[in-house]
Amino acid sequence: MGALAHEAHGHHGAHDHHEHHDEGFVSKYIFSMDHKMIGKQYLLTAVFMGLVAMMLSILFRIQLAWPGESSDFLSLFLGETWAPGGVLKENMYLGLVTIHGTIMVFFLLTGGLSGTFSNILIPLQIGARDMASGFLNMLSYWMFFLSSTIMLFSLFIETGPAMAGWTIYPPLSALPQAVEGSGLGMTLWLVSMAIFIASSLLGSLNYIVTVLNLRTKGMHMTRLPLTIWAFFVTAILGVLSFPVLLSAALLLLMDRSAGTSFYLSDIIVGGEMLENHGGSPLLYQHLFWFLGHPEVYIVLLPALGLSSEIIATNSRKPIFGYRAMIGSILAIGFLSFIVWGHHMFVTGMNPFIGSVFVFTTLLIAIPSAVKVFNYLTTLWKGSLVLTPAMMFAIGLVSTFITGGVTGIILADSALDIAVHDTYFVVAHFHIVMGMSAVFGMFAGVYHWFPKMFGRMLNMRLGYAHFWVTIVGAYGVFFPMHFVGLAGAPRRYYDYSVYGEFDTNSFEMIMDLNVIVTVFAIVAAIGQGFFLFNFFYSIYRGPKAIQNPWKSTTLEWTTPVEHIHGNWPGAIPEVHRWSYDYSKPGYEEDFVPQTVPLKEGEEDGH
Amino acid sequence: MSFKLITLVVIVLGILAVAQLVRVYELSSKLRNRREEEVTNRDNRLNANLMMVFMILFYVGFIYLMLKYGWTGRGDAASLHGVETDWLLDLNFVIITIVFFLTNTLLFYFAYKYVRKPGVKAYYYPHNNKLELLWTVVPALVLAVIIILGLKTWNDVTDDSGKEAVRLELFSKQFDWTARYAGEDNKLGLFDYKATTQENELALLTEATLDSAISLMEYGKADGSVLGIELLEKKLNDPKLIFVPEERVKMEQDLDRKTRLLRMLVQMRARHDKKNDALAYDDIIQKDTLHLCVNKEYEMSFRAKDVIHSAYFPHLRAQMNTVPGLVTRLKVTPTITTKEMRERMNNPKFNYVLMCNKICGGAHYKMKMIVVIDSPAEYKAWMKSKTTFKEQFLASPVVTPIESSEAVDSLMVAVK
Repeated sequence: MGALAHEAHGHHGAHDHHEHHDEGFVSKYIFSMDHKMIGKQYLLTAVFMGLVAMMLSILFRIQLAWPGESSDFLSLFLGETWAPGGVLKENMYLGLVTIHGTIMVFFLLTGGLSGTFSNILIPLQIGARDMASGFLNMLSYWMFFLSSTIMLFSLFIETGPAMAGWTIYPPLSALPQAVEGSGLGMTLWLVSMAIFIASSLLGSLNYIVTVLNLRTKGMHMTRLPLTIWAFFVTAILGVLSFPVLLSAALLLLMDRSAGTSFYLSDIIVGGEMLENHGGSPLLYQHLFWFLGHPEVYIVLLPALGLSSEIIATNSRKPIFGYRAMIGSILAIGFLSFIVWGHHMFVTGMNPFIGSVFVFTTLLIAIPSAVKVFNYLTTLWKGSLVLTPAMMFAIGLVSTFITGGVTGIILADSALDIAVHDTYFVVAHFHIVMGMSAVFGMFAGVYHWFPKMFGRMLNMRLGYAHFWVTIVGAYGVFFPMHFVGLAGAPRRYYDYSVYGEFDTNSFEMIMDLNVIVTVFAIVAAIGQGFFLFNFFYSIYRGPKAIQNPWKSTTLEWTTPVEHIHGNWPGAIPEVHRWSYDYSKPGYEEDFVPQTVPLKEGEEDGH
Repeated sequence: MSFKLITLVVIVLGILAVAQLVRVYELSSKLRNRREEEVTNRDNRLNANLMMVFMILFYVGFIYLMLKYGWTGRGDAASLHGVETDWLLDLNFVIITIVFFLTNTLLFYFAYKYVRKPGVKAYYYPHNNKLELLWTVVPALVLAVIIILGLKTWNDVTDDSGKEAVRLELFSKQFDWTARYAGEDNKLGLFDYKATTQENELALLTEATLDSAISLMEYGKADGSVLGIELLEKKLNDPKLIFVPEERVKMEQDLDRKTRLLRMLVQMRARHDKKNDALAYDDIIQKDTLHLCVNKEYEMSFRAKDVIHSAYFPHLRAQMNTVPGLVTRLKVTPTITTKEMRERMNNPKFNYVLMCNKICGGAHYKMKMIVVIDSPAEYKAWMKSKTTFKEQFLASPVVTPIESSEAVDSLMVAVK
């Protein structure tokens, strides 16, 4: 229905809005209901949030590498309030760490990855005119924007942002007497996250309905590109787990403002004896990680989906084991709901429950291994075209392996005791979740940029960006394993305390911290290649052709110029799976999904 | 200021330089009639080679870090179960390092080897059930071994301690640790957070401590630093005193809270069994360093006063969160004395440590306690020098209850 209306006033040629006074500017660029525009809005917001979060990390990395030394850079950004004399304040250090984590996990990797690419690719790849509900989709973006704004705003208030770590464990997050950021800063954090969750739910419901109902003729579930499978399962994970975080946040809000005792018991803080009795901080942790662990896969699955598509296209080979890939996405999705307790081995949770979680957690390694080996076999005997997107996808497989194997140590409760909450954990999740997801996101941007903006990104800048990023990011996170194995706890403002009891570890930690920070600064500056390339190419890049990567999927059958309803004529019908690359019997090394099967030809897998 | 200016100039110049380079590149592409989406064989080859170079550098970095900083970087495990943990850790590391090298090598090698060559078509190979079964079953088998060994160790580590185990409590608050030894009877005294006073920071329960907590609640401190119920009431009822509304509300809430807490304290006092006093009185409270005796099993319990902390003994491979409102526990048997460890580490200044490993506020990073593992003789001598809670508590200046109303009146004058 909406599609018909769109076609009636198709926007051909509306690009010259500079000359014509385009009455639809607001509805086209701001309150747009078109999935492609919403996807781009998500991307731009997320890129901005990601830049902020990266800057925050540079600020606290400077303190870690050169503790107590005055830095012009710090005083430039934080001023006298938070960095008197250019030395970061203890509390602000915690504030920076907290907001860095929050923005990266939720705003960049959830909003930016799933938000951007689900929006752009779902309708285009399944052959739909738009999302099931354009209005809810728009609402979802604007709530995301509002929550981003509130989160950023919380950095600028007098008592500082939330300072309890991105997991905001109560009682620390519930008691302003315990740390100043638990006052207004934490309230804003909770409000922002509540809005974010609502946004994510609206988006996810839309994605699920769209994938289930709006597939074009012939697009069976088993013909979907793996990107769509990944977005679909991601959306289901989001719908099932985000509400639990909302309840955790609501109970925390009530403990903070209504005098309830969900998470508080027997506390004396700031000289005041509180009456709260019978609450349990562990309850919060269970609720938080019931979202928190699926969240890891909400972040990772879209990245894996994107890289599956990119690796297949640029290897000029079908993805190996298509059904096994779907199976492993489903298995990972299911298992992600029954492993949350591995974050809580040393919290005082009953050790028997701990052993159940060890079992379920280690099971996840099986579908993950299947995915890795399938990627490797896809590359094997391929004809690789190393576009920047392909390189980032290969980088993703590497980080997924490197970060994944250390997960085996952390999932093993007996070993977790020794490294829990140390830099080993920081290294693990930054590589397996941070680097992999960011690489997936970059791969996606490089690959679908022509589809998004109708222009090409500069390849050479893309290569420079990739090499600086992979060297820089591994340089940051790889040495962290060793800091963690030395026993260094995370979220420490200053490791000079080691000088008082273990001078050897002290020297090692301080040496490695400098190396890590230098790599971090290099990697951060390297993102300049991307930013420049991105914004320059939006306006000045060479014009794209319709199917630049010689890809089989439906999005490349749409015209380069964006139109409402995606296809100018009828929606194309699909006759085959999405991975017919280098199929014997065809002249070209790719067969688009719209090409009917020849007589006697079997469909792919 | 000049720093900012220079930074700004460098950034602007950098962007201009890149922009010019891109322009030159675009012009040359145009001249050669090359489209942006076409990856030239030269670029392809170059990046494929770089993949191999990167892999080698990556491995060299890894091996260098491993040789330089070793497996753990924190010395031999200094506890009984820690030895088991380290063995398992090593085994797991061997497994994951093999997987790491194997899969990363295949990845980068394939990326290098199978880069597009003119005239060579990719091999259409959509699936192979045997292969897929292979890499489902093999990881599953390896994981089964890891799980079984891991759970065996986990059960050992978290199991109940023996009857002979020495009871020890660690009390955490922002930002320090306090240890409480169970004393002669090896039984820790009872506690309730409501019994906390300055003289009884660990809130141990005896008749005398409860009495002093009650009197503190009722009458406050003689120096006026803590307001008791009586004084609050008098102030609020005094027609001659005028308060800012917010302050009045605050005082009323304070009064209500204290009245309710007092009621609970009085009930607790009525139910208190005097026989339990002895449990608490022989406890020994220790603030700065934690002394442990080598080769003795310890049953440690943990409490938190304000927020969650975590008791982390990196060298003993032991860790447990401390949670307000919940008593957590672990058992540990130290096996290497501080003296011996200093020799092994070749570092005469080395000390064991107990660190806080759960974010707990601004000074989180400073929250630690030096741990000393003594030989039995040293430990005995050290223990002898300590005083019990009874001696400490009775020696401290007891809160003088202000019982007469005249005294309250005079105090009010003083407070005003």
